[in-house]
Amino acid sequence: MWRLILARLAQGIVTLWLVSVLVFAGTQLLPGDVAASILGQNATPGALEAIRRELGLNEPAIWRYFDWLGGFVQGDLGMSLTNRQPVSELLWPRFGNTMALAAYAAAIGVPLATALGVLTAMLRGSVFDRVSNIGALAMVSLPEYFLGLLLILFFSVKWNLLPSLANVYPGMGFWAWIEATTLPMLVLLLVTAAQIMRMTRTAVLSVMDAPYIETAWLKGLRTGRVVLRHAAPNAVAPVINVVAFNVAYLITGVVLVEVVFNYNGLGRFMVDAVSKRDLPMVQAAAMVFGAVYVLLNMVADIGAIAANPRLRHPRETGA
Amino acid sequence: MPNAFNLNRRQLMAGMAGAGLVGLSGLPLAAQTTPVRGGVLVMGIGGGSTTDDVDVRKLQDWVPVNQAYMLMNGLVEIDADNRAVPELFESWEAAEGADDWVFNVRQGVTFHNGKTLTADDVVYSLNLHRGDTTSSARSIAEAFKTVEKLSDSQVRITLESGNADLPYVLSDYHFLVVPDGFTDWSRPVGTGPFVFESYEPGVRSRFARNEDYWKPGCANVDAVEVIVINDIAARTNALMSGQVHAINSLDFKTVDLLRREPNLQIVQSQSGQHFTFLMDCTQAPFTDNNVRLAVKYAIDRQQLLDTALLGYGRIGNDHPIPVTDRFHNTELAQRTFDPDRAKFHLREAGLDALPVTLSSSDAAFAGAVDAAAIYRTSAAAAGIDVTVDRQPTDGYWDNVWMKKPFAMSYWGGRPTADQMLTIAYQSTSAQNDTHWYRKDFDALLIEARAILDENRRREIYWTLQEMIHVDGGAMIPIFGDYLDGVSNEVQGVTPHPMFNLMGARMAEKVWLDG
Repeated sequence: MWRLILARLAQGIVTLWLVSVLVFAGTQLLPGDVAASILGQNATPGALEAIRRELGLNEPAIWRYFDWLGGFVQGDLGMSLTNRQPVSELLWPRFGNTMALAAYAAAIGVPLATALGVLTAMLRGSVFDRVSNIGALAMVSLPEYFLGLLLILFFSVKWNLLPSLANVYPGMGFWAWIEATTLPMLVLLLVTAAQIMRMTRTAVLSVMDAPYIETAWLKGLRTGRVVLRHAAPNAVAPVINVVAFNVAYLITGVVLVEVVFNYNGLGRFMVDAVSKRDLPMVQAAAMVFGAVYVLLNMVADIGAIAANPRLRHPRETGA
Repeated sequence: MPNAFNLNRRQLMAGMAGAGLVGLSGLPLAAQTTPVRGGVLVMGIGGGSTTDDVDVRKLQDWVPVNQAYMLMNGLVEIDADNRAVPELFESWEAAEGADDWVFNVRQGVTFHNGKTLTADDVVYSLNLHRGDTTSSARSIAEAFKTVEKLSDSQVRITLESGNADLPYVLSDYHFLVVPDGFTDWSRPVGTGPFVFESYEPGVRSRFARNEDYWKPGCANVDAVEVIVINDIAARTNALMSGQVHAINSLDFKTVDLLRREPNLQIVQSQSGQHFTFLMDCTQAPFTDNNVRLAVKYAIDRQQLLDTALLGYGRIGNDHPIPVTDRFHNTELAQRTFDPDRAKFHLREAGLDALPVTLSSSDAAFAGAVDAAAIYRTSAAAAGIDVTVDRQPTDGYWDNVWMKKPFAMSYWGGRPTADQMLTIAYQSTSAQNDTHWYRKDFDALLIEARAILDENRRREIYWTLQEMIHVDGGAMIPIFGDYLDGVSNEVQGVTPHPMFNLMGARMAEKVWLDG
């Protein structure tokens, strides 16, 4: 088990390193640089040269990459090129905001979606099953910014129930925070819950067709007991996977939601950074996103293994 | 709209107050009475970033500029009629030749830290932009030969060459005043209407009223909050759901919908902001003025205004001086869409048809790519075959602007005709973006700058506008208005020719009606 976790970690680190190379190369390919974006229409050759010199942009790209990497492995995220603030000071509070919103959505969405998934599997073919499925399909098909704008139109502009701006700041009360973030949470919940629910339903149903479930029926057990005691544990592995995947999406895929609700999270931070060509900021955000993905996938794998004895001891059972 | 060009400025301002500023309640805002104190003004402003800074040397985007005007004062203010009026400089006098000025510093003004404003603070603040500095205003400040303190209440500025518009130059938003020796830009101290309370770059800020503010009738609200909302849809939603009192830069396409909201006022300000099609006068085929004239006659300006700006602007006459400027040439005939005339100029240039590539990008202005397509259609009627080359937004100013022979661009307004003509049309300017070099133009421009007599200056500026109109490389078909959305709770709102949100000074001036 430990060997497996260590191997996964090592793979994760290699993945992260590849991400950093790709992001760096990608930003080099984009037209314009931070000096041009700072100056805009004032970008006379002299002014450009002065800023590039001050920021060290005239050094070769390879050299700048290794300079950044050297700092990064020592835990130094570097300084923002545009306002000369340490990147970590700008990054972590926003990361916290993104995590808080993701946690809020996951805390409600994951139990709700899995419960719905099991319920629709139990009531396969019923009206409830069909309505839930159609609803879920509709939600996944809508782009999240459109969903966000729809919710704003009704909840904020027409009924004035919830704010359209997810305005959060240090020192605000818990209920104020809940009120501010409920609309973006709803969007995230609708987009992710549908997928989790459908996956849970499919997983449970595929187990339901297995011979041992038939045996359980034949023993005369009730539906609830068959589904919860016998089917669900074996359906858990794919569900854990899809949950982990969706939680990762809650953290890394919120860019559009953050823009629509003006939420001060990591997604907006990255958009700002890319548009200013502020490389240390782009790299730091990409590293955090990459790390979240790698970690959650690892958790999913380990969770699936832990839930299934056959995966936990592959050699022994084979022998 | 061509009539507008025959109105004089005063009539236009009056007309604007009527037309632009009628809330849907039907009551003109001019009917508002005395300011009321109290309340918290919440503004949703676009144009901010995580990397923002209120360092006066770095001010560029809208959010920091608005915030800076909340905390600090300028030396000279531009009022709603586009005149330079005293702010921290109480009065001034220029010697003949306009190269030697003495300014009287306003007395009895205190900084937020309790220090009294003196000439030392002014000299220090101006020097932030002089010499070896990365200040964005460095090129403007290079015109100051010396800046010296004569006494605690007087500052003398001498110039490299005479400039009768120096007070206007000093109204630039970089020239804000901080205490002598001040360096802590994370907590700016000024003499402004609000005192620093909290600030998170690119996210929000909250400043409380300066109880000792010197300007009468101002700083009416208890505090002002800025929420940075870069997305135009999010900004509009925030205004419609009542979460903010005011937003800047409305989307031209949704203004008519917003007008139906009974609780909102749309503030439409005429401005000097204009959108340009730049022809490089040093690159073929634009070296021939007949080609440039053909291009200029081949655009349907009214159609462009109605389509690209949905009418929220004014038609331009191929020179950069707006009707709000006191030196706008009112007698220059408006150039119209005339395909035959365009063909005539093409023939004069020895051409039957003209294939050109127009580089465009929404970096030039929102809707520039659409505008290029509109031009393509009208130009076809004149035998000009336009290929629209869509360029990426990033790096547009670096890679396309001033490099491609035919490209789209824009200029924000400048407070004076001299500044506008100098930055974009004087031969020596690094931003002469049409590469139009005329010695006679330069000589007249420099001569006019040093003349203190308004009538003599007007004559010269009218000539200069005509020279650009007839010979210049810039086609300037439209001027865009500034559009803000403001809740009816906010009183004392006026249009302003300089920038959105009352020249970025809205928080100082308005009050809330309970």
